[in-house]
Amino acid sequence: MTGPGDIAYDVAHLLGGAMLLVGFVMLGQRRIGALIAALAAQGVLLALAAFWQGHVQAAPQLYLTGLIALLAKGIAIPLVLHRLAGELPPPLRTEAPGRMGAGLVLGVGLVGLAMLVVVPATTGAGALARVDLSMALSILLLGALMMVTRRSALAHVAGLLTIENGLILAAVGVAGMPLVVELSAGGLVLVVALIAGVFARQMRERFASLDPGVLDRHRGEGR
Amino acid sequence: MLTLLGLGLLALAVLAGLGAAGLGRRLVPLGAAAVAAVLGAVAVATLALGPVEEAVLALGPPWGPARVALDALSAWFLLVLAVVALPAALFAAATGPSSRAEAAAFPLFLAAMVLVLLAADAFTLLLGFEVMSLASWALVAARHPAGRGRRAARLYFGFAAFSGLCLIAGFALLSAPGMGFSEMRAAPPEGWRGTLALVLILLGAGSKAGLLPFHLWLPLAHPAAATPVSALMSGAMVKIALYVLVRALFDLAGVAQPGWWGAPLVVLGAATALWGAIRANVETDIKAILACSTLENVGLITLALGLALVFRGADLAPLAALALSAALLHTLVHAGFKGLLFLVAGAVAEQAGSRDPDRLGGLIHRMPWVAGLAMLGAASAAALPPFSGFASEWLVLQALIQSWRVAELPVQLLSAAALVTAGMALALAAAAMLRFVGLVFLGRPRTPRAAGALDASGLMRAALVVAGAVCAALALLAAPALGLAGGIVTGLLGEGAAPPISGLDLILGEAGARYAPWAVTALLAGLTLALWYGLHRKGAPEPRRGPAWDCGFMPPPADLPFGDPLTQPSAAGAAQPIRRALGRLALAQRETHHPATPGSTVPARLRVEARDHGFVALLWPLGRLRRLAGHQAERLRGLPLSAYLALALGTLVLLLALLAWGAVA
Repeated sequence: MTGPGDIAYDVAHLLGGAMLLVGFVMLGQRRIGALIAALAAQGVLLALAAFWQGHVQAAPQLYLTGLIALLAKGIAIPLVLHRLAGELPPPLRTEAPGRMGAGLVLGVGLVGLAMLVVVPATTGAGALARVDLSMALSILLLGALMMVTRRSALAHVAGLLTIENGLILAAVGVAGMPLVVELSAGGLVLVVALIAGVFARQMRERFASLDPGVLDRHRGEGR
Repeated sequence: MLTLLGLGLLALAVLAGLGAAGLGRRLVPLGAAAVAAVLGAVAVATLALGPVEEAVLALGPPWGPARVALDALSAWFLLVLAVVALPAALFAAATGPSSRAEAAAFPLFLAAMVLVLLAADAFTLLLGFEVMSLASWALVAARHPAGRGRRAARLYFGFAAFSGLCLIAGFALLSAPGMGFSEMRAAPPEGWRGTLALVLILLGAGSKAGLLPFHLWLPLAHPAAATPVSALMSGAMVKIALYVLVRALFDLAGVAQPGWWGAPLVVLGAATALWGAIRANVETDIKAILACSTLENVGLITLALGLALVFRGADLAPLAALALSAALLHTLVHAGFKGLLFLVAGAVAEQAGSRDPDRLGGLIHRMPWVAGLAMLGAASAAALPPFSGFASEWLVLQALIQSWRVAELPVQLLSAAALVTAGMALALAAAAMLRFVGLVFLGRPRTPRAAGALDASGLMRAALVVAGAVCAALALLAAPALGLAGGIVTGLLGEGAAPPISGLDLILGEAGARYAPWAVTALLAGLTLALWYGLHRKGAPEPRRGPAWDCGFMPPPADLPFGDPLTQPSAAGAAQPIRRALGRLALAQRETHHPATPGSTVPARLRVEARDHGFVALLWPLGRLRRLAGHQAERLRGLPLSAYLALALGTLVLLLALLAWGAVA
């Protein structure tokens, strides 16, 4: 049984906590460039968490998961997003101020809720899995909150990827999750990120804006 | 027994398949009639020999196998079903289905009702109930691709869905200890759970049975179906709803429920009885008259059931047995005469070409069989002694009169008011039956089509005669029939309770009132014979036919050989006194006079528009509410993207919070 004081538990806790912290950084970050850097950092942390779990659980397929996470989330997607952001005119590289403080407070509330849900629901499971799951759920909720509060399409993409990071973290924390689930989830998110990137570029070219609010006027329904 | 019933269900399913394939236009209804006969035999055998133990089937939903059983209560209602289904299926064989959908839905409808009665767990019961609703809706809708009938079908569908939802919720409350009836009986609901279950079951079963204020669909949907289906819906389907009511409130909820549980049933029953009786007096479609009379009878049965609950709560077992027996007997008797009357109405519509009394009249000369049987049914519905309706309605009134024995003043006041209302409803029902028979069968034909109508023959006559024979048998053998229900009364009310019968008589206690159908019949028959004999012995002069008094109008012109229709009262005219005196209780009406201008030859006209209060008070506000909700929901489509994301996140957070709350609690 792992618990506080045990190295396996402590490192997993540290990595998950770092991911959560980076999630909060992203939630409060107005500049797109810094947001993408934070996203890359979260991807690298996720890869480290997967490697560590592979080491602790002696499950070699988790090394593969970690490698995919490192290559896709830590390097490839941030690079593409960075290039996209670089093409933006400077005024679009930051978001309008406001709502950040309220978003952070809401984020803290969501983390509390995630603890309240996961801790009683997983009685009987190992302490490692419980902490991992509650962190994963918190990260997932933070990503969703980011999609709600932010106005830039690129921030939406980052929020979506954060949700996916949370899912993968949960998947690697649970022993015995088949590799195919992780692989398909990873493949899915790549496709989604690709489409979102293309969509964001199109949007900027057509409307000179990344605020999805401008799309409301262009829905094909009479209003 | 259960095997036999299972085979019957299987046969009905095969018949439904045949009907759907368009094969066996006569075979399908005839097969259904055979199954109905078997059902009746099984029901009587079960009532006489004792209940059949619960059997667990090898099929059912994932959480538990379906269970079936046949106790006395189920068997009694199975008998009720068979009493209507046998003549109705014979009649269907005589007329033939109008479409393949109808041919397929008819056996399905029967099978679903049987399934409801056989069920011994909540899921099977609700499954049967929903299939019954759907099949009957299909039977109404299949006849009417558009127009008024289709609107009636839609209204019916709405009410059926509402009733199904309420029943599902009610049984969910009752089935907390388990889905099987035996488990529910072992742990009856208490406190607010019991009260909520009462309300939900009453709403669900009541709206299916046509209790106020959910009666609106009944006078529209029942006449819109084909005649055998109308007979089944009015005679049997509402009884299935009442069966669910009895099963849930008397049996599953346990004997320890408080007496006030009966109060809502008494109030709703009395109100429905009066409402239906008033409406039966003003309808201008013969099948609608009969449907409204069904409302009246359902109200009486519910009233008696409520009284039984009140008496049981007050520990007056003999009186509770009296009220419950009255309800059970009236259920059977009403099935007998209402099936007969609907088939008679169908025969009239088939042979004389109309359901509008203003196009009928004088049919007693052309259709003596139909007219005779119609009078038998109408006399039963009007509760004339010694016909079958009298025995049960006498018991209902006796139970009401005896309710002063409950010590609480509110109960006494309530039952006194219910007694007055029920008495009024009975008198009005008799008036409605008089109007029905008078307009359709007496007087002179109002149209050439009615003058040339042919009597029912062949299978159609056989169906009518079977229904009439049941009706007549129930008149004389009310007490032995009620004796079969002894198992129900003892089962639901405890060992001390028994139906109020003694031999062939209905009797209230040793020294109480007594009704002997055979004696009344013999007396009346003797009086009639003596009168007839005396008249003939005295050599009364031969009857002479003279011109009917035509209210001072001119003699009929040559182009109207049957007389001017204006010289006979019309359906609206016959309804006018009661409509003006009492109609406003049930109907919102508007009269507009169109007097003839002086010197013109056009007649003065009186236009009457009458609409059930329920439309104004219930249905239209509901419709407005639905439109409002629709508009509000429409606004959801115009939200910005971030609002949609917020909705999704909000839902997720809400569900998680619920989970956390549940874990803490």
